[in-house]
Amino acid sequence: MEKIEQYLKVTYILWLRQLKRYYRSRPRMLGSLAQPILFLVALGFGLGPIYQKAGGGNYIQFIAPGIIAMSIIFTAMFSGLEVIYDRQFGFLKETLVAPVPRWTIMLGRTMGGATVATAQGIVVFLISLLVGFRPDNFITAPVALIFMALIAILFTAFGTAIASRMEDMQAFPIVINFLIMPLFFLSGALFPLEGLPRAIEVIVNLDPLTYGVDGIRGILVNQVHFTLHEDLLVLFILAAIILAVGSYMFSKVEV
Amino acid sequence: MNIIEVKNLTKRFDDFVAVDNISFSVSAGEIFAFLGPNGAGKTTTIKMFTTLLQPTDGRILIGGSDPVEKPDEVRQNFGIIFQDPSLDDELTAFENLEFHGVLYNVPKKTRRERIEELLRVVELDKRRNSLVKEFSGGMKRRLEIARGLLHHPKIIFLDEPTLGLDPQTRNHLWSYIKDMNQKENITVFFSTHYMEEADRMADRIAIIDNGKIVAEGTSAKLKEETKTATLEDAFLKLTGKEIREEGAKGIDNLRAMRRVWRR
Repeated sequence: MEKIEQYLKVTYILWLRQLKRYYRSRPRMLGSLAQPILFLVALGFGLGPIYQKAGGGNYIQFIAPGIIAMSIIFTAMFSGLEVIYDRQFGFLKETLVAPVPRWTIMLGRTMGGATVATAQGIVVFLISLLVGFRPDNFITAPVALIFMALIAILFTAFGTAIASRMEDMQAFPIVINFLIMPLFFLSGALFPLEGLPRAIEVIVNLDPLTYGVDGIRGILVNQVHFTLHEDLLVLFILAAIILAVGSYMFSKVEV
Repeated sequence: MNIIEVKNLTKRFDDFVAVDNISFSVSAGEIFAFLGPNGAGKTTTIKMFTTLLQPTDGRILIGGSDPVEKPDEVRQNFGIIFQDPSLDDELTAFENLEFHGVLYNVPKKTRRERIEELLRVVELDKRRNSLVKEFSGGMKRRLEIARGLLHHPKIIFLDEPTLGLDPQTRNHLWSYIKDMNQKENITVFFSTHYMEEADRMADRIAIIDNGKIVAEGTSAKLKEETKTATLEDAFLKLTGKEIREEGAKGIDNLRAMRRVWRR
């Protein structure tokens, strides 16, 4: 019991550290909003008329949930960069010699990064309201937070796991971009999943982000491809697996 | 009682032998200097003691526990000042210490008291709420020492703790470390390139070169054995005058670069 309390405290202090660092870095906060806003405005208004003509309805309504998911996956995956930073600037050692199991450190880091990513998603949601996005129901809209948090945890753990095996600060963003792009573009964030060519459909179904986007869209504008239960189950299982694998990889870090 | 026991310790990186079958022991309460030229294996040895690297062969006991089998027990017992910076620059001095105290499970009341006390000792109490990135190299070092002592370790490892510090700060640090060694009987294990530091502070000295221990004993004994007048001469006689190349990984270079930027 005492041990559990200690582990929670360790997780908490790591979480708090990440939040403080984020809060103190305004440029980072603003910079990471630029891309989702650009996507929302350029694609939302640019492709909107065609989407409308094709009978899809309001495109902003369709992509806003996708863009929220996009801002989360970017922030989440890139939070792995902090591990590489900490390794290079020495702070990682301080946490690695501490008398606590490494998984608590991994968990604290993941929760910190995921909280930041979820917050980022909320900000993008608020911005999308300014652009004209309207959720079906403001009262149930906060339920989307469950899906947002799940993809945030999943991809923060993923980014952290990759970072625990990399030392190269320059290579990390390249690798992460290489992973994020297909994850995002093949997730149904930008296009409906109905009537896709078979090959694309298979890939889309294998992309974890698809379920996150589907869940968020399901809650916010009541359009689902799968069911909300399926989305939740897939994300939950994947997040648990990646957290476990990531903790294992993180526990093997040597400096 | 021996607080550090090393038997036939070896660390190999691919085909390079960094630490080659070394054995020695340090008794509790001792101040022990671990000397050697660059790349001799000092930092690698300290990393194995502190659970950061797995030995290839041999056995270590730190306070009676094996760092490979019971890393958490070992980690609770030591404090460490790393060779290169290991503070979080984006946090304040107080936050760095608070973070450490929580990681080491120091109860809140004790933690706060000790943080205040240590900040006063290293003369950073007025800067407690400043971000560490605003600190000079010496201030950071002092903060790291305070941090290493926060959880009252039985052993403190100092890997070239005074590197790049001015004589004032160096003196100040050593008098504090000595004081703590006497008052709380903390074992001090340190590496340094300043021979007069080792001469003045250490009860016993081990000299490592090319991964092997080439001499061990008090400063007087080493001087006597090599028939030299100073520890520096004894050191040079034992390890030769050739300049060593340190096999630096990319990451070490980057850290060194950052240190330059910070100045």
